[in-house]
Amino acid sequence: MTAVHLGMPALPTAPRGVGHLRGDESFPAAARSALRDGQLRANLGHATTTIRDKRARVVDELPDWAELREAGRALKAATMARLDDHLEELERQVTARGGTVHWARDANEANEIVTRLVQATGASEVVKVKSMATQEIGLNEALEAVGLDVFETDLAELIVQLGEDKPSHILVPAIHKNRAEIREIFARTIPGVDPGLTDDPRQLAMAARAHLRERFLRARVAVSGANFGIADTGTLAVVESEGNGRMCLTLPETLITVMGIEKVVPTWQDLEVFLQLLPRSSTGERMNPYTSTWAGVTPGDGPQEFHLVLLDNGRTAVLADEVGREALHCIRCSACLNVCPVYERAGGHSYGSVYPGPIGAILSPQLTGVEDNASLPYASSLCGACYDVCPVAIDIPKILVHLRAEHVEAQQRVTPEAAAFRALSTAMSRPWLWHLTQRASRLGRLIARGRPTLPNALPPPISGWTRSRDLPTPPTSTFVESWTREHGR
Amino acid sequence: MRVALFATCLVDTLTPSVARATATLLERLGHEVVVPRDQACCGQMHVNTGYRREAVPIIANHVRAFAGAEAIVAPSGSCVASIHHQQADVARRAGEHRLADDATELAGRTYELSQFLVDVLGITDVGAYYPHRVTYHPTCHSLRLLRVGDRPLQLLRAVRGLELVELPGAEQCCGFGGTFAVKNADTSTAMLTDKMANVLGTHAEVCTAGDASCLMHIGGGLSRLRAGTRTVHLAEILASTEDAVTPDQQTKPAVTA
Amino acid sequence: MSAREDVLGRIRQALGPDRTAPAEVARDYRHSDGRPAGDPGLLDLLVDRVEDYRASVLRCGPGEVAGTVAAALDQGMGAGWAPGDVVVAPGLPEEWRPPGSDVDDDRPPVQLADRSAAVTAVAVAIAETGTLVLDGSPACGRRALSLLPDCLVCVVRTDQVVGSVPEALARLDPLRPLTMVSGPSATSDIELQRVEGVHGPRTLMVVLVA
Repeated sequence: MTAVHLGMPALPTAPRGVGHLRGDESFPAAARSALRDGQLRANLGHATTTIRDKRARVVDELPDWAELREAGRALKAATMARLDDHLEELERQVTARGGTVHWARDANEANEIVTRLVQATGASEVVKVKSMATQEIGLNEALEAVGLDVFETDLAELIVQLGEDKPSHILVPAIHKNRAEIREIFARTIPGVDPGLTDDPRQLAMAARAHLRERFLRARVAVSGANFGIADTGTLAVVESEGNGRMCLTLPETLITVMGIEKVVPTWQDLEVFLQLLPRSSTGERMNPYTSTWAGVTPGDGPQEFHLVLLDNGRTAVLADEVGREALHCIRCSACLNVCPVYERAGGHSYGSVYPGPIGAILSPQLTGVEDNASLPYASSLCGACYDVCPVAIDIPKILVHLRAEHVEAQQRVTPEAAAFRALSTAMSRPWLWHLTQRASRLGRLIARGRPTLPNALPPPISGWTRSRDLPTPPTSTFVESWTREHGR
Repeated sequence: MRVALFATCLVDTLTPSVARATATLLERLGHEVVVPRDQACCGQMHVNTGYRREAVPIIANHVRAFAGAEAIVAPSGSCVASIHHQQADVARRAGEHRLADDATELAGRTYELSQFLVDVLGITDVGAYYPHRVTYHPTCHSLRLLRVGDRPLQLLRAVRGLELVELPGAEQCCGFGGTFAVKNADTSTAMLTDKMANVLGTHAEVCTAGDASCLMHIGGGLSRLRAGTRTVHLAEILASTEDAVTPDQQTKPAVTA
Repeated sequence: MSAREDVLGRIRQALGPDRTAPAEVARDYRHSDGRPAGDPGLLDLLVDRVEDYRASVLRCGPGEVAGTVAAALDQGMGAGWAPGDVVVAPGLPEEWRPPGSDVDDDRPPVQLADRSAAVTAVAVAIAETGTLVLDGSPACGRRALSLLPDCLVCVVRTDQVVGSVPEALARLDPLRPLTMVSGPSATSDIELQRVEGVHGPRTLMVVLVA
């Protein structure tokens, strides 16, 4: 922490009671249930293995991947260092091209702004492009609360919405469902769907097309997120696959875009880096099917009213942490989810936030304040696979470890764990005491009673280990002890 | 060369045979081994669990214990990675700049066993004999933090009598993760189960790795299942010869009697 | 204080008064493919990459565009289409248009959904990624034109084909509404397997004019 923080009030985190950044239970508890779902494990295993291989192939194809990754990292770091200037420039440029810029301190303000803008058009329904920011703030619920109909148009979002489910992945929110389960949801919920619908993914996609087509054509207002907001030109960019994004960005009269403040990039040229990093990292394609960019309003082409809502909702609190702020560099590709062995087994719902997986484990606790998501920084074996695939080189394991410390240091009372770690620290920094402690561990030999492993039933926290793995009986002598005995030094 | 051996707290306390094998191997290769008596721990477990302040005196002890050593070798990718990537940061954050500088300097002379053998000593054939079917699990910190690459495999391929079988899904974490194994025991066990399935699928007699901690996890699971495959640290394999198949390989939590 | 002032103030507080100046960004990646636009190798690469997305490419000489566009429409919609079902960008060269085709005007965009196919030019094509970029100019048409009809035919001149993403972006005007098209509409939302054809055009035909 720099000296500047002394005496300054802590920056506000994302408020409680709105949005989807906090789960109902801790990660270990949620994971315990998820791990028992064999179908979920199979679906996740299949999907993540597929995408890992595809990503690896198209990344290996680029001889300059390492240089692009470094440029992506450096661009994000440089942007954050002057975030205020870039946002002001973005505002100037968007305004100059006929757009209106709004600022939202948090989820509540953003929801109010969007609701007011939609109501001002007189429309009764809204079509939406998949957007993490609007999921984060719970915009759908806010719009529905005033009687507006909200239609998610991304195929996976539609699956989640129709199944009254929750998203479990940043890119593929229905990754936890397989084709047979999706067929069942469509057959049950889409009015007038072909009764002969099979689980062929192409047929399922066609059913979604037919279901949404008319809504696109009649929609008067659309809400989107943004992958990038380019400061020096006021250009917004949305990267997508299906064309639902294009429908929403092109056909309605009014477009409202909600963008996290960290999504700004300084110049148009910077896009040449991110448009190479993002598609290859996310869907494992050389380029995603559609990327749309627009600057303000273009007469005769697309929405004639454009609003950009710039959202904080805890991001400035993340920015204040010199170690943790790297989490704001995320371009939402979800490569880290796809390689994470914890995500692959526990699934996205276990994280309790719209941001699951490794990036979620560092982003959610920072947006909400670490105490509101205290189990997430521990939801990792620190294997480092996430860092290796991150296209902007976010050192996720390092931030996880940092947040664990922030949590530990936020405790007012001495927990039994803290007492144990302090005692161990005392021992491990005094050789004579350490040798005594090692000798004490030999008490384990008493309960082993001559067996090579300790009994399975031991008190917590050791039971966490011995429930599923044997623990060897401590030896009669440590190595250092016997070596010193033999060599006399 | 005079080599200071850092046993690591876990090996020293629970699997001393791994440190013994490391010493035996280095002496057989003609080097003098010293074992600083005041060594304890690198501090990794504290740092990774969130007790970075409490890790500072542990790091200070480590730096004191090994001060002046020409080269330091440890049979652990994880502990060496912590020495390389965490110690100085933790000390600096606590305002201990002198300690941070000393730790950085010491890290420059600290090597994981396979790196020391291949990069510093320049040998891949250590003259070992180990007539068993073996599969190798690259531990995460060896693989991704230290980037030891195929050095352990080069060493294993040169061992006489050893039949090396490839481990499917080798680069996936075994689920150990330090206190993760206890705090998230269910997820850790799920990862372990998949790792064990891959190990058992190779029909290897022995699963080896460069970290006794991960091996204690995999071995503990295999032992609980009464599987015949045992875990043996890389150092113990490399220390074995026709004359002395490492007498007492403790990283195997042998099938319970 | 307004939300604007508040958020900007928070950013300044977070970065502190002695914020570190941003480091120079090293752009050590490839800025160009090394081959000039329209290089035969680039054309082959573009065809390979576009076809990898399950789009089809027809190549022709400068005098054969109209016939090749008609052949592309045959392939995309099946023979027997009526010229009135095809809507073309207003700035598309006369000699490229199928005779009797409908020309887009300022009708409400949703009416374009009644047409079966659209024909447009492109602003630039990226060989390495198999991407066509439409820039809203008269020859490319407005965005709805390349979106609503189910079959999209794009005519690409060889001098518009560049190797890499940086070369393409340098040629584009960021103030125009741009659409980058890489194959037909597709989704990876079911088991992370790519399936072509969702909301956008389900058929993409590329006519490459040498």
